[in-house]
Amino acid sequence: MTTLLNIPLVIHLALPLTIILVYALVAIWGERKVAGFIQDRLGPMRVGGWHGWAQSIADLLKLIQKEDIIPANSSRFLFKFAPFMMFAASYAAFAVIPFSSGYIGSNINIGVFYLLAVTSVLTLSIIMAAWASNNKWSLLGGMRSAAQMVSYEIPTIATVLTVIVVSGSLNLMTVTEMQSGNDILGFLPNWFIFQNPFLIVAFVIFFISILAESHRVPFDLPESESELVAGYQTEYSGMRWAMFMLAEYADMLLLSLLGAVLFFGGWNSPFGDFMSGPLWGFFWFMLKGLLLVFVMMWIRWTLPRYRVDQLMHICWSILIPLSFINLILVALWELIF
Amino acid sequence: MEVTTLLFYAFAIITLSAAAVMVFSKNIVHSAFALMFTLIGVAALYVLLYADFLAAAQLLVYVGGILILILFGVMLTTQGLTFSFKTTAVNVPAATVVSTAALMLLIYAFVQTDWTIAETGVRDDTVREMGMMLMGAYVLPFIVIGVLLLIAIIGAILMSTRLSAKNDGEI
Repeated sequence: MTTLLNIPLVIHLALPLTIILVYALVAIWGERKVAGFIQDRLGPMRVGGWHGWAQSIADLLKLIQKEDIIPANSSRFLFKFAPFMMFAASYAAFAVIPFSSGYIGSNINIGVFYLLAVTSVLTLSIIMAAWASNNKWSLLGGMRSAAQMVSYEIPTIATVLTVIVVSGSLNLMTVTEMQSGNDILGFLPNWFIFQNPFLIVAFVIFFISILAESHRVPFDLPESESELVAGYQTEYSGMRWAMFMLAEYADMLLLSLLGAVLFFGGWNSPFGDFMSGPLWGFFWFMLKGLLLVFVMMWIRWTLPRYRVDQLMHICWSILIPLSFINLILVALWELIF
Repeated sequence: MEVTTLLFYAFAIITLSAAAVMVFSKNIVHSAFALMFTLIGVAALYVLLYADFLAAAQLLVYVGGILILILFGVMLTTQGLTFSFKTTAVNVPAATVVSTAALMLLIYAFVQTDWTIAETGVRDDTVREMGMMLMGAYVLPFIVIGVLLLIAIIGAILMSTRLSAKNDGEI
């Protein structure tokens, strides 16, 4: 039992959690500001002084005080358990993300495969919440979410596999280390996105798939507020609902960071040895991840939502064939060059 | 006690109790979610046995794939939360004989097997070895399974499209 209490393990357990909590506060405020600026208004301005920076903290305090309502005809245990399982699933996946050259939660060899496996539990927790609520909107949202996530898992895995074909390792730390240095055309960093033209196609497919996996517009059908109230979140209130929000934002960050590792060199500095090192590595890594999160927000407030049949058509008729053809092309490119 | 031993017992208890809930629950969706806890517990036991790839595959295939399909099927057939299945026992004598025989067989196999205990050193890269084996010694079974699955997928697509063509006549 003593090994559980020594400091490295405590840091290992707490560091990603701290990052996620701070990020979630900033990202929720940031999303509202981005939405505001895109729609030519100001967004939250009152709380905290400068541009309403304390809005998320005020919202959090409000949510803590709210009553925890559990519907009378719900399945009590599953209803209470689902939000925590959802956050646990997305948080467990952070274990294999290399935050900097000096820090990774668990340096296991199956890295990215573990990440994909653990995030598949997210789908189940959404179905659990949807069914336990005993509400038709919740159940519809849950069904849509299950169909969507199971479908979009395939192009995500196929595009991750293309990067694995190039890197030859499932360990995300090794994948990042392979992208160090600035050798392409003399100045470009050795990131995978610059190494191979087909990997640019792979990144586009990957980004569309992670938008769908994290339920972002234009693929937010499971929780579309205009037709399904809020999908599987309809019956939830207070902190349980906040856990769903936290898990969703954590999932966004997780998939963005995965994209940063696989295609944009993880913690590698874009200027070679200039501004590199463990702390700068953390800075660059978070910058790349947050940039992708920002693009997700930007897309959310720019594009309208797809219909369910269009969503499935995009996945099964376009993305999946394209990603598999792309996988073969990348493998051929690696064989020839 | 070591942390791994504690973890083993914790996951063993989770696995067994969830399995009991799965078998004895009257609500079929509760059974399905109990199955999820069992599968996750088994995956954790795989990790404790150094079979990390197998554990992740278990999560991805069983929890992320098959269990979701089971839940889909159950939710489309049952009538919501208040509806519970009336489970009745049929063919009790035959079932008793068969399950007792299966139990005897399992106990016999457990007693007869010479359980070798592997060294608990740090293993690295089970994935590479597994890939080499799949592409080397076991390449023929691997390809045969692949072809079999492909045939199954084509069959499933054929069956579902024929049904939908009959239903609405156009697509």
